[in-house]
This record gives sequence, structure tokens and C-alpha cells, in this order.
Amino acid sequence: MSIIKSEKLAYEYFRRDKDGAVDGIVRALNDIDLDISQGDFVAILGHNGSGKSTLAKHMNAILYPSEGTIWVNGMDSKEPEHLWEIRRSAGMVFQNPDNQIIGNVVEEDVGFGPENMGVPTKEIWERVEESLKAVGMYAYRKSAPGKLSGGQKQRVAIAGVLAMHPKCIVLDEPTAMLDPMGRREVIRALRALNDVENITVILITHYMEEVIYANKVFVMDQGNIVMEGTPRQVFSHVEELEQLRLTVPQVTRLAHELRKTGVRIPEGILTAEEFAEAICRLL
Amino acid sequence: MSIIVNHVSYSYNPGTAMEVKALNDISFTVSDGEFIGLIGHTGCGKSTLVQHLNGLLKPQQGEICYNGENISDADYDLRALRSRVGLIFQYPEHQLFEEDVFTDVSFGPRNQGLSDSEIEMRAYEALTQVGIPDEYFYQSPFDLSGGEKRRIAIAGVLAMKPEVLILDEPTAGLDPKGREDILNLIRNLHEKEHITIILVSHSMEDIAEYADRILVMHEAKLVYDDSPRSVFAHEEELKAMGLSVPAVTSIMHLLREKGVGVRQDVITIEEGLKACLEILH
Repeated sequence: MSIIKSEKLAYEYFRRDKDGAVDGIVRALNDIDLDISQGDFVAILGHNGSGKSTLAKHMNAILYPSEGTIWVNGMDSKEPEHLWEIRRSAGMVFQNPDNQIIGNVVEEDVGFGPENMGVPTKEIWERVEESLKAVGMYAYRKSAPGKLSGGQKQRVAIAGVLAMHPKCIVLDEPTAMLDPMGRREVIRALRALNDVENITVILITHYMEEVIYANKVFVMDQGNIVMEGTPRQVFSHVEELEQLRLTVPQVTRLAHELRKTGVRIPEGILTAEEFAEAICRLL
Repeated sequence: MSIIVNHVSYSYNPGTAMEVKALNDISFTVSDGEFIGLIGHTGCGKSTLVQHLNGLLKPQQGEICYNGENISDADYDLRALRSRVGLIFQYPEHQLFEEDVFTDVSFGPRNQGLSDSEIEMRAYEALTQVGIPDEYFYQSPFDLSGGEKRRIAIAGVLAMKPEVLILDEPTAGLDPKGREDILNLIRNLHEKEHITIILVSHSMEDIAEYADRILVMHEAKLVYDDSPRSVFAHEEELKAMGLSVPAVTSIMHLLREKGVGVRQDVITIEEGLKACLEILH
């Protein structure tokens, strides 16, 4: 069943000069056809300005299409009566955890979403508990968010979305500001949500290493989806990705460089384990 | 030219129940022309340390000497220090504010009290160094891309002719090509302009590729101060501190575990390639 589907989705906005007069139209998304199934782990790659964030903002009706249609959980985002149901179905997590956390105590922050939805108090507490457990932050439920590390704050932000029982969670560069440990924690939490709870994860990132867990990768350029496939398929195109200002994980790059010298190692190696096995077979 | 950090300690809210030790007895020396990588997890004290190096914070214990002069001395010229040691914060493009690119970059030298022609020359030079072409000079900085805005913010600091440049995660939020462009720009400033660089980064791969020396901070202490090769030999210890080693270093360690006799002191792709070819041939 598709959770997010779009047909000929386009988004245009006016570019203005410094006096506010319109001096052009920017087509940020161009005829995007997309079909994401419930339970998918999707990664969206693309250089700065390629349209990734604009696309993400269509997935929970922060932006509406200029042309075409996007359906979230079967609902057309242009119908105003679907707005809140869409935002509940597809939760969003942004780059900077400090801009997303509002509560003085972790559990209050996580309870904010369901409380706003009018969920009965007893159920709010149940949801807070299960959401914090799902991201491994239950031990910190009484902590002040300001005292947490970046990775912990981002996991609290994810728990805040989970407490609204979404079908899908859209994350726009959630690890850009985190240290290596924080990045690992967030990605581990997302994989668990996807595996265990079957929540659809849509991850926008500039870190290629985070993409290898996805079952589908979209690569965007100038408002178009220009590549689509499994991580292995996409990362087999090292040179094309470089043309698009992107790169591949370091292990994939090493295998690719070895291939160029004539070593018979497969393209699209994604992990150190795969690389080591391939080398062992060659010895 | 040198920076000497001698047994420096610093706490936030000292003497209260909220006291947090951010620097605990830190000592090291930065010599002219070095390219230093500074790593450590969020909250380890890195930012507190770099704010000491240009006098935004003063040591509560110990001292910092810049070119032989103690920067805590009552008559020390902190304004001059801040032009010589340029600090570029995270997301520096958030600090752009002028109507056009050229005026924004002129802000620093204007505050230094230079003549108009000198200011203009400085701004022009700095923008050229970061690769911003003339046709952008009179555009609003806010109309430019993320990578361009960041380069302009860096130019704003370069226009003050710093001898040392400290950059706090200059590549955060940029796409891979944008990251490479900024890092190559920094390398150029180091090699051609002979500016001493202190690069704070969460990317072990970038640090391995660009820095000659690494400082590792953990829980307010300086735990390693060594060459990248020596620091990244400590994979287990770094992981326990919430850090890591370059992916290629991990691969070599894994190969060794599987009984493959491959070199272990590999930290860049080129070295990894060589090491693999050595065992395959």
C-alpha cells in the first residue's frame, strides 16, 4: 500500500529582487512521480538546492503543489480538511534539535503532540513511554532537554513525532549537526522503528554512509528525480554521482578505485564486511 | 608566531551547584604554519577551548600566550588579537547582514580603522581568495547558495588578515562537493597564504585527509595530541569517546582480524588503495 504517492508534482515560486518586485519564477520541483510504500526506508540524496527539502515539505502539507498532486496516506494534500490528518500521518524532524524541543522536561516535550491532538491524559502517558522506549531515551524521561547531547535531543524530537502515532516519519538532515556517536544513535533508532514498528522512514541526508540501510534511494537534481534504485545500484554510479556534487561511502570508493586498477572486485560494495570478504576471495 | 596554552582550566558557573568543568588542565603549543584538527564529541569542551584562543573567554587558571605575550595581561590589546586569530563559528552565513557582498566583507577591516582604499583592497583580496567572482560583489548575500554564503562569511574574517584561522565545523550542512570546495579553500589558505589552521570537525575522514596534527578532547581534557596516523591507531579508545576513525582505517583493521596481513597505519583512500594492491600483487 502506498503511503506517499505523487503524480506530476511541481512547485514554483517567485524570485524577487531586493525591492520585492518579482524578477523570475523558480521551478523547485519538476513533474515528480513518486510511490513510497508503507514500511519502506527511503533515502533522498541531492546537492544543496536540488529540491530535497521542498519535496519533503510537500509530504506533510507545509507546502502545496503548484501543479500535480501528492497523496499522503491516500489523502490529497490540497484538500484543506485533510491538513491535520496528513500532519499526523507524516511527522517531520528537522536539522537543528534546539529549534524543535519546547518542553522543560523530556517527557513533557514528547507529550506535547498527542496533547494537542486531544488524546486522553492516561493515553498520553502511555504514548510518551512507548515512544521514548522506541528511541532508547526512556531513562532520560525526567531530564532537562538542554542537558542532553545532540544525538539524544534528536531522538527526543523523533519520539515527539512517534507519540502522534504516524505512519511515516520524514527527516530533513537530522544528523547534520551531530558528532559521530550522535549520528550512529539516530540512525540506529530509525532502523529499529522501521524494522520493528514498520514505520515508513524518509531520510534526507548528505552523509552517504547513512544511506546504505535504505531499501530505496532517490537522487535529486534541479527539481527532478534523476536516479532511483537500491543503495547498491545507485552507489555503483560513482562518476555520475560526482557530476551531481555527491559522492559514495569511503568503502565503496576504495573498491571503485581498486577496480580502476584492474582488480576484479564488484561495484557497489557498501560495508567494510563486504569489502573484507571480497578481498579474502581474491587472495 | 606561536600560541602557548599552559595548564588552562575553565568552568562555567564556578562555585555554584551548577558548576561544569569545560577545560581541565589543558596544555599545548601551536606553532607557525601548522594545520591542526580538533576533535571530540558534542560538549567535550572544544568550543570553550577555541573561544579561549582568541580571547573571547579568559583562563580561570593557567595562561595563554600569543607571540610571547600573556593575553590575560591588563594592557593586552584583545582587539588586535581578535584580528590576528580569526574565529569562524558554525553556520557563519547566519552572521551575514549587509546589503551586498562587498560591504559585508568590508565590515571587519572597517572596524579595524583602516583607510577606505585599504578596506577596499582587503575586501577584494579576501573575496578573490575564497573564489567569489566580481559579478557577485554587489548582489545581496542572501540570494546566493549555501556554499557561496559560507565562503563570503569566511572572506569577512580573511579581510582582517588573520595569522591563525579557527574554523568550527565549516562544512556542516553542505553537500559533498560543497564540503570538498570549502576544505580545499582552507588547504589553499594554509599552503599559499601560510595561515595557521585549527579545524574543528566531526568528520574523521576530512581530518585524516587535511590535518598534520590532531588534538582529541574528551570530558574537558586533552587526551591525544599527535599525528593523525598515531591518533587513528586507537580505534577502540576513540569509539569509547563517541568518536571514530576514518572508514578506510576500520576496513584495514577488519582485514587484519580476518587474518589478512595488510598495513594497519592507513588513514586515507590513496593509502588504502596502495595497501590493498600490496597484498593483492
